[in-house]
Amino acid sequence: MTEFTPVASFLGGVMIGLAAVLLMLAQGRIAGISTIAGRLLPPYSDSGFGARLAFVLGLIAAPLLIMAVTGAAIEQTVSSNALLMIVAGLLVGFGSVWGNGCTSGHGVCGLSRLSVRSFVATLVFMATGFITVFLVRHVFGG
Amino acid sequence: MALLANFLIGLIFGLGLVVSGMSNPAKVLNFLDLAGSWDPSLAFVMGGAVLVAFFGYRIVLKRKAPIFDTVFHVPTRTDIDTRLIVGPALFGMGWGLGGFCPGPALTAIGLAAPGTLMFVPAMFAGMWMARLLATQRAP
Repeated sequence: MTEFTPVASFLGGVMIGLAAVLLMLAQGRIAGISTIAGRLLPPYSDSGFGARLAFVLGLIAAPLLIMAVTGAAIEQTVSSNALLMIVAGLLVGFGSVWGNGCTSGHGVCGLSRLSVRSFVATLVFMATGFITVFLVRHVFGG
Repeated sequence: MALLANFLIGLIFGLGLVVSGMSNPAKVLNFLDLAGSWDPSLAFVMGGAVLVAFFGYRIVLKRKAPIFDTVFHVPTRTDIDTRLIVGPALFGMGWGLGGFCPGPALTAIGLAAPGTLMFVPAMFAGMWMARLLATQRAP
């Protein structure tokens, strides 16, 4: 069980939305993490490597800053099943780049732009996410 | 300046992921577990983010150009191809298995949970394979 946190989640969502708007204002780019991360790898089609790396370093700095300020650990439960996490990582990496976006690019940014492609993508990954968790937890036992 | 701006925007994005609970795979998996220990919190993350971006984009896109570039790079495609179905379908499966999507996984690197340190290199490997395959298929 995890605690239902509507207020913190909404506020966190507002910050994510704000970051997406600021990235459009600064760089004119969609805040799609899979695209930003995927293009850290070659082949390079533009000169945006430094900007993408700076963004990712900002992401990585976030929980460390929170821990430094609050002095408290970040609540996190990550499976340490190696096979599960490696297969999950491969699927997430391949699927998000193959479909041109993930939860941020299609989910947040695409829905905000009323993009039909992003609506379709979001429906599909939500559906397979729900189905996967259902199969893992309720059919094959958790 | 552009690099510093990007770092700070990434920082705000990451803070949002941590504050919202999205960077905790347990919370994501419970959100996806409609038939079990359902935690609807992440719907509020999406709601807050889309609300701000919906209005924010409309204001920002009235400008002629962004601050550090000469044009806005907004996607213009509208076609629904098989890649748009297959990609998100695979992505959703991985999301449901590990509870991580790319943003939260990268944000969690510094917390150095063993599962994160296995997931992130595999994710980059998957991204690399997709880019390689896409380049090969392109004319």
